[in-house]
Amino acid sequence: MSQSKQHKQQVFRLATGGRIDRTRTLSFTFNGQPYQGHPGDTLASALLANGVDIVNRSFKYSRPRGIVAAGAEEPNGIVQLGSSEAAQVPNVRATQQALFNDLTARSTNGWPNVQRDLMGLVGKLGGQFMPPGFYYKTFMAPASMWLTYEKYIRKAAGLGRSPMEDDPDSYDHFNQHCDVLVVGAGAAGLSAALAAARSGARVMVADEQEEMGGSLLDSRETLNGEPADQWAAQVLEELAGCENVTLLPRTTANGYHDHNFVTLHERRTEHLGETAPVVNGHRPVRSRMHRVRVGQVILATGAHERPLVYAGNDVPGNLLAGAVSTYIRRYGVVPGRQLVLSTSNDYGYRAALDWKEAGCEVVAIVDAREAPKGDWVEAARAQGIKIITGSAVIEAKGSNRVTAARVAKIDIDAFKVSGPVQELACDTIASSGGYSPVIHLASHTGARPTWRDDILGFVPGLVKGVQACGGVNGTYALGDVLAEGVEAGIKAAATMGYAAQTVNIPSAERLQQGAAVALFQVPHEKPTLRGPKQFVDLQNDVTAAGIELATREGFESIEHIKRYTAMGFGTDQGKLGNINGMAIAARCLNRSIPEVGTTVFRPNYTPVTFGAIVGRHCRDLFDPERYTALHQWHVERGAEFEDVGQWKRPWYYPEKVNGKIETMHQAVARECLAVREKVGILDASTLGKIDIQGPDAREFLARIYTNKWEKLAVGKCRYGLMCKDDGMVTDDGVTSCLAENHFLMTTTTGGAAAILEWLELWHQTEWPELDVYFSSVTDHWATMTITGPEARKLLAEITDIDLDRDSFKFMDWRSGKVAGVPARVFRISFTGELTFEINVQANYAMHVWQTLFKHGEKYGLTPYGTETMHVLRAEKGFIIVGQETDGSVTPEDLGMQWCVGYDKPFSWIGKRALTRSDTKRENRKQLVGLRPKDPKVILEEGAQIVLDPKHAIPMPMVGHVTSSYYSPILDSGFALAVVKGGHQKLGETVYLPMADGQTHEAEIVSTVFYDPKGERQHV
Amino acid sequence: MFYIYCPYCGEHREEEEFHPKGQAHIERPKNPEECSDEEWGDYLFFRDNPRGVHHEMWVHAVGCRKFFNITRHTVSYEILETYKMGEQPSITAEGQNHSREAAAVSHQEGVRA
Amino acid sequence: MSNAATFDTRTDTAIPVESPLAYSYRHSGAPRGSGYRLKLRERAMLGHLILRGGAIVLDEAVREVLGINLPGKPQALVQDASGERSIQWLSPDEWLVIVPGGEEFPLETQLRERLGDAHYAISDVSGGQTLLEISGEAARELLMKTVIYDVHPSNFPVGKGVTTVFAKATTIIRRPSEERWELVVRRSFADYCYRWLLDAGSEYGVNVEQ
Repeated sequence: MSQSKQHKQQVFRLATGGRIDRTRTLSFTFNGQPYQGHPGDTLASALLANGVDIVNRSFKYSRPRGIVAAGAEEPNGIVQLGSSEAAQVPNVRATQQALFNDLTARSTNGWPNVQRDLMGLVGKLGGQFMPPGFYYKTFMAPASMWLTYEKYIRKAAGLGRSPMEDDPDSYDHFNQHCDVLVVGAGAAGLSAALAAARSGARVMVADEQEEMGGSLLDSRETLNGEPADQWAAQVLEELAGCENVTLLPRTTANGYHDHNFVTLHERRTEHLGETAPVVNGHRPVRSRMHRVRVGQVILATGAHERPLVYAGNDVPGNLLAGAVSTYIRRYGVVPGRQLVLSTSNDYGYRAALDWKEAGCEVVAIVDAREAPKGDWVEAARAQGIKIITGSAVIEAKGSNRVTAARVAKIDIDAFKVSGPVQELACDTIASSGGYSPVIHLASHTGARPTWRDDILGFVPGLVKGVQACGGVNGTYALGDVLAEGVEAGIKAAATMGYAAQTVNIPSAERLQQGAAVALFQVPHEKPTLRGPKQFVDLQNDVTAAGIELATREGFESIEHIKRYTAMGFGTDQGKLGNINGMAIAARCLNRSIPEVGTTVFRPNYTPVTFGAIVGRHCRDLFDPERYTALHQWHVERGAEFEDVGQWKRPWYYPEKVNGKIETMHQAVARECLAVREKVGILDASTLGKIDIQGPDAREFLARIYTNKWEKLAVGKCRYGLMCKDDGMVTDDGVTSCLAENHFLMTTTTGGAAAILEWLELWHQTEWPELDVYFSSVTDHWATMTITGPEARKLLAEITDIDLDRDSFKFMDWRSGKVAGVPARVFRISFTGELTFEINVQANYAMHVWQTLFKHGEKYGLTPYGTETMHVLRAEKGFIIVGQETDGSVTPEDLGMQWCVGYDKPFSWIGKRALTRSDTKRENRKQLVGLRPKDPKVILEEGAQIVLDPKHAIPMPMVGHVTSSYYSPILDSGFALAVVKGGHQKLGETVYLPMADGQTHEAEIVSTVFYDPKGERQHV
Repeated sequence: MFYIYCPYCGEHREEEEFHPKGQAHIERPKNPEECSDEEWGDYLFFRDNPRGVHHEMWVHAVGCRKFFNITRHTVSYEILETYKMGEQPSITAEGQNHSREAAAVSHQEGVRA
Repeated sequence: MSNAATFDTRTDTAIPVESPLAYSYRHSGAPRGSGYRLKLRERAMLGHLILRGGAIVLDEAVREVLGINLPGKPQALVQDASGERSIQWLSPDEWLVIVPGGEEFPLETQLRERLGDAHYAISDVSGGQTLLEISGEAARELLMKTVIYDVHPSNFPVGKGVTTVFAKATTIIRRPSEERWELVVRRSFADYCYRWLLDAGSEYGVNVEQ
């Protein structure tokens, strides 16, 4: 920022009034220009105070746009915040951003800038030629060019950008529960909260604004004869003192989900600076997502004023009437000098009264009604303000700022201008078409809103456990709003079991109001399609003509019209435009508004920063990392890790050889040979382990596994295969008989939790009569696998267990001490070598592991990881569930009939399915070995297999490679694969055409590549 | 995000603690070998997908690890009851009046725009 | 005595042990200092047993052997007078017993003797989980950031314990006294939980007692 630039004067700031602190001045920049404002300002009010008319360029036509509203419904003032790359925040509404010192903001759209915009030219030239669907229609051919077009269209359109650097702030989630959640802290919300709070219920109040109080903060009305904001302050003070109440200002209820689950996006430090300021050495959380489970929801979200749709209604200087009042009364800013007000109702009159009281000129009030009457109308007359009745502003003149209003008599029913046009010079046009209840949150639940003729708006449909009160319910008179709020609060608390306490409703003025008239589009002298643009949805540049065109092109459903025109899309979610748009569609289709219906509003109500969505679940806390008791050792040894489920398992241990770190290929080859020739060690602690106890444990195993268990003796282990009832393999592992009624089941690493649930499922739902219990003991045991010809000698040095081959046989287990620690040792093998799996209580694991290494050096003890484990087991043809199987493979497909107890008495899980015609098919994909003709070739896992490589494309594919490695002991590539009818094809040649044009040849062989007789594990 | 009453824990718990396990009251045939392929296929693969009242099995996976049943309305997502394994639902599609669904969509007369 | 294998996994105290958080202390440190609003303390190497069976079957034996009533009410946690021994309801047929380290095997043996041929199961899980104590004025807020269960005193009085979701893992959370909360975390998830608690607690200041 250049120091030499002069701060401009806040020329539109009033000398007094408003809720800003004039004793302090804040500096900020917008599009590089320095400005000043005060604490209490929003960025929008400060920009208006400084006379900044153009805040953006429009999305499609690139027209200059100014501030229209004062709250969440603002369609134009969408800015990009941040003075540094890391602090960039897109899609912030200037009306919702509190001003802080050194705030830096830019327009979201506009290229190269908002004042001189290149696309504006396109908008002007192409304006007539850019109907809805323009982009689809124009740029879709040829389809291949879309990516090119898109780049430029997106750049020109733009909706902000995300930061390219790390966010220095932290975000989190808060799990909340309450009896009553009040959304909105205006008149309705505060009275509801007060009533609920006094009952003793757990109450939360969320309000999206900087200050709670809603419309009470800028109301002309009094309560108990005092300004309304004083009552709000008293209520807030009482609520803040209640232990059972949580007040959340700057908090948007952004989504309303099933069963009264509401997410609240709380902006904790956004009003203080770009990044959270450090407090007592700790950086507070910038933004927080409250995940609230609510007993009773009270929606007190109020209503948005509906703008009138007239020609040129998007030129800067066109504002909502209510926004004009808010800027004057709350922020001490008059956003212009000469006002023309166009209204269809009494409420709009407040803007003219406030304008006049601020000392500025009201050129005229243009009222669509023939004979307006009511207290505010009379007040305006008394002030001497000119009122033009039966008329409307039909067009705003001006390009970068309103210069005049064209006013004429209109005939609403005939939809035409019915009198001469007069032009009134002015710089501001305020419009009011009545109110639209803010039904967005209620819509999130899927409940359809209901149209009410008396208020000319939709009120929310309500699901169980929610009430609406005040503006959102179509109740606008202050006294009624307060009464409804109290009633809702009492009812909600009572439903949750809390007795009502007295709440005195403050007395409000009883204002006489004249009836409003339904005016959703102001007629122009020219037909809509040929006249100047009348904007319905300013953010998405949707015009009345666009909607009319959509209906002419045959779109009748409002949901289709929405998608064709983009009305109510994106961050806008139809806050200002939807009702007018639907009404215009209804007129064009000659239907009623409720017949056309409303579109569905979706979360989020306003944009939510990704930080708050992600919370703390990012970086190294993105997902749990599960470690074994030996993790420290693996890290220190320099292991590379592989993710297996959530576990971090050593993948391989690269060593430094001749000053160079081994490649994975080198490390794995070294590890493989160490196991085959000496002894290796694997941390197998991640295997799932389930403790099974009970007199029926054996029977249960027989039902859940494919193979037999009735004769497994104490001290013995057995490999088992598990199927689902469709006959497809789902898990495998070794189960050991610890005692007659006690078994230890192991599962695959990834399957542990699911298999425990699977066992419980069958026990609880089908066989509750079996006396058996299952408990997970996965984490209790650490498992160290020593394997290789030297394994026995090594273990013998540190155990009291008799390791003699005849007394401790293959598939036996024994208990004793290893390195002084009580251990269960299982003689099972996944490598084909002599193997002992040592299990000790995990807290002792490091001691035992280190002792093994102390003694193992002389035997060449080598740690190996999962990659070596995979190679070694594949050499032996041992399957890995999830690699050789994919949920469509039966035990027979795997050639594992030896593991199927066909004659077991109980029809075990999966048995019946094995006799279905499909599982009996002879051309099912069956597991085979593949030996590449060229031993140097390592086939690609997943590569498709064909029988005839000369066949025209598409070639019939007969299977694919499931596992493929280089075998150091065989010095050759080898693979496992599934091939149609493969078991009958031993010796045949198959082909694997690759993406690079090469075709590999391979011979179908046995799945066992090494030690086919299985002698080595028995030594 | 459902809020589910676990009949074993006696409390409502967040959906994250539960796993859905599909349609409730699917019983494994007592004599699978006597089923035709078609009957066995029905048991394995075919499930109801009603618009309205539906019975589902869930498990309180992060909690008491017990399986139980839920009667849920598939349009409103309202959970009408939960009951223990082995018990029968007290609310069924036949027993429900259909006013709940009728209320979901309403087209009223209104002003012409 | 039911036909199950028992196995004392502990041995003489000269052999070094490592708690599930040993890696975490080395890797993430154990912040200490003043001005903290949160205190974290691991109670490592305790005896943890999973007890399964019918309440009627187990209740008498437990009372006789351990001197504590088996809690029959869901989510109930009971302790002995010293607070060193506790039983927590996990499920209608499952309880977690936590006792001082080394007591678990004699306890299991005595229970099995007392229970005879009844149908029940006892599994030693002492190596598989650890107990983390959380105290300090920000304890409840820390838990609100962490577990999805409602930890408001009106819903979570002293003497309650539940199994629930901890960030993206699972945990048992217990409230043995007004000021103190306990988390029972699985060994393999302990480092994740520890890092999460340090991160979530950093804005309050955390003191880790070892």
